[in-house]
Amino acid sequence: MTAGSGRIRSMLLRSGTISLWSALLFLPFRGVRAAVVLFGVLFFAMLSLNASGSWMSPLMSGAASVGRRMTALLPKDRRYLYLLVLPALIVPFSAQNYIIDVAVLAGIYIILALGLNVVVGYTGLLNLGFVAYYAIGAYSFALLNTRLGIGFWSAMPIAVIITTLSGFLFAIPALRLKGDYLALVTLGFGEIVRITLNNWDSFTNGPNGIGGITAPHLAGMSLETLSAYYYLVLFFAIVTVVVIGRVQRSKIGRAWIALREDEIAALAMGIPAIRYKLYSVSFGAFWAGMAGCLFAAKMRFISPESFTFMESVLILCMVILGGLGSVGGVIAGAIILVILPEVLREVQMYRMLALGAGIVLLMIFRPQGLFGGRVASSRR
Amino acid sequence: MLLQQLINGLTLGSVYALIALGYTMVYGILELINFAHGEIYMLGAYLGIIILGFFTAVGLTAFSLPLALGLTLLLTVIFSASYGFTVEKIAYRPLRSAPKLSPLISAIGVSIFLQNYVMITQGATDKVFPPLVSSAGVTVLSTRITFLQASIIVVSGIIMALLHAFIRKTRTGKAMRAVAQDKSMASLVGINTDTIISITFIIGSGLAAVAGLMVSMYYGLVNYFIGYSAGIKAFTAAVLGGIGNIPGAMFGGILLGLIESLGSAYISSEYKDVYAFVILILILLIRPSGLLGRNTEEKI
Repeated sequence: MTAGSGRIRSMLLRSGTISLWSALLFLPFRGVRAAVVLFGVLFFAMLSLNASGSWMSPLMSGAASVGRRMTALLPKDRRYLYLLVLPALIVPFSAQNYIIDVAVLAGIYIILALGLNVVVGYTGLLNLGFVAYYAIGAYSFALLNTRLGIGFWSAMPIAVIITTLSGFLFAIPALRLKGDYLALVTLGFGEIVRITLNNWDSFTNGPNGIGGITAPHLAGMSLETLSAYYYLVLFFAIVTVVVIGRVQRSKIGRAWIALREDEIAALAMGIPAIRYKLYSVSFGAFWAGMAGCLFAAKMRFISPESFTFMESVLILCMVILGGLGSVGGVIAGAIILVILPEVLREVQMYRMLALGAGIVLLMIFRPQGLFGGRVASSRR
Repeated sequence: MLLQQLINGLTLGSVYALIALGYTMVYGILELINFAHGEIYMLGAYLGIIILGFFTAVGLTAFSLPLALGLTLLLTVIFSASYGFTVEKIAYRPLRSAPKLSPLISAIGVSIFLQNYVMITQGATDKVFPPLVSSAGVTVLSTRITFLQASIIVVSGIIMALLHAFIRKTRTGKAMRAVAQDKSMASLVGINTDTIISITFIIGSGLAAVAGLMVSMYYGLVNYFIGYSAGIKAFTAAVLGGIGNIPGAMFGGILLGLIESLGSAYISSEYKDVYAFVILILILLIRPSGLLGRNTEEKI
């Protein structure tokens, strides 16, 4: 009995201290009344969480075991997952324009996130400026299209090649660095690209952006309509999934994963680290360039505003939310993070707040992502 | 003209140096780029305005301006340090033994959270610092230095000297250096590493808050996104001087401030924000250990 009351007292004390501390921190920003409300809400929430914890945990473990049994029922051959493309095929027949629009955006982000996944997920090189390649792709495409009048199908390969080359050239010096330093240098690269686009008025039209980009044509037919464009993006997204999947299972892909897991061991096995990292960064930039072209051709207008650091963070969040290194997880992450803001339009102000808190919670409680199975690589 | 730019650069540089110290101390101990550090500086700027506004409302500023400013400084530092302490406890401590990228990503999350926290509670528009401090100054050789600029430089100098003495002379400072050298060894000789890490965050956040308060006085305007660019620049300063190296951070901050103000005067002010990034990239590529840092062998 005394042990029980001691537990209750320590629980009360703990909840009280944490709520009081949060309320005090909150005090200068919103005044006394809001701080008191926050204290009350937090205190109550923590008490009820603590109290319900005793009967919640068997419920949770029960649900987890049911989930495990369900997944065991699914066929071993994972190729059935390709059937998931079928619902994607019929989206334009069943939805309003608004939903198709969101779906097109989701497709573009899937390509981007899969590209970043090659660099961060497979090779383990954190890139905080991935948006730079996206921007270079979009701007090369837009400039080729509006200045030189080159159509979609010729401008896109050129723009993608330019992006890949820029990724390659930037990676040559940058890859001498590792870990955090590499991440910071990529962040710097992303910012330099954005600020340059913003200030180089004579070439990029500065903050006003580039407008009047023409829509792609295919076999004499304009892909101007939203549903036609949707299929175009879907086609490229499927190409991305298939190609990245093939490369991942090739010798190159296995070398990337080896480098991620233990670079020194990989070097000892005779894997030329720098060369394979260069492949990885260029390959990632390739897809970012492609996504940039698709974005520019969809929007018909681009400006540096679309290529901020927050955009890099958002793409990174897609990759880590779904699960680093897992293609299905990254696709799910991209779809979730494109759709979620649309659903949460009502509480838009709190969206980014929740994103920030979500990142921290994800890192603490599920660093391998929502759908990732394997734990991320060891400390290095 | 040149002298004027040097003064402006020195003012800016001493602010960068104060923020850079927080980065460098945390990196020295945890090898973590505390991405949220810039936001603590932003919080400091906001807290300064809020607290001073409160003192004006209750009539303390009219009673005695130096007392009000002193109390504002004290409270700003206490609140910001509490934020820094809390951030470490919630977002970094559970990730001590996680893969190295996890704390960095978590820090980005904290940074996004704090930015939007301030935006929601204080509004997205610029906040104006009450014009309590006169813009008077002296003009020597056609170069104008305001009292505010002079006090920013002097206050930063005093704080940095105190910090240096603290790290060199006190028991806690010695423990901090020991933890920076080898965490497990330090805990074997009876140093509570968790406490030391908390103290590091508290000191770093306090310094950033002082910087934030002074900048909001200097520019008169504050916004919820000032933390990002100031954070990046201060980090650049820390890397420039050699990360983990405390005199290096002071030196790097002042050097960066000078480069930025001279660069925007003589090269192009549009690319003002690029200089820091270019320097960051160049220094990391050419001399990753920084100007004052020592080369460290990679441990296997």
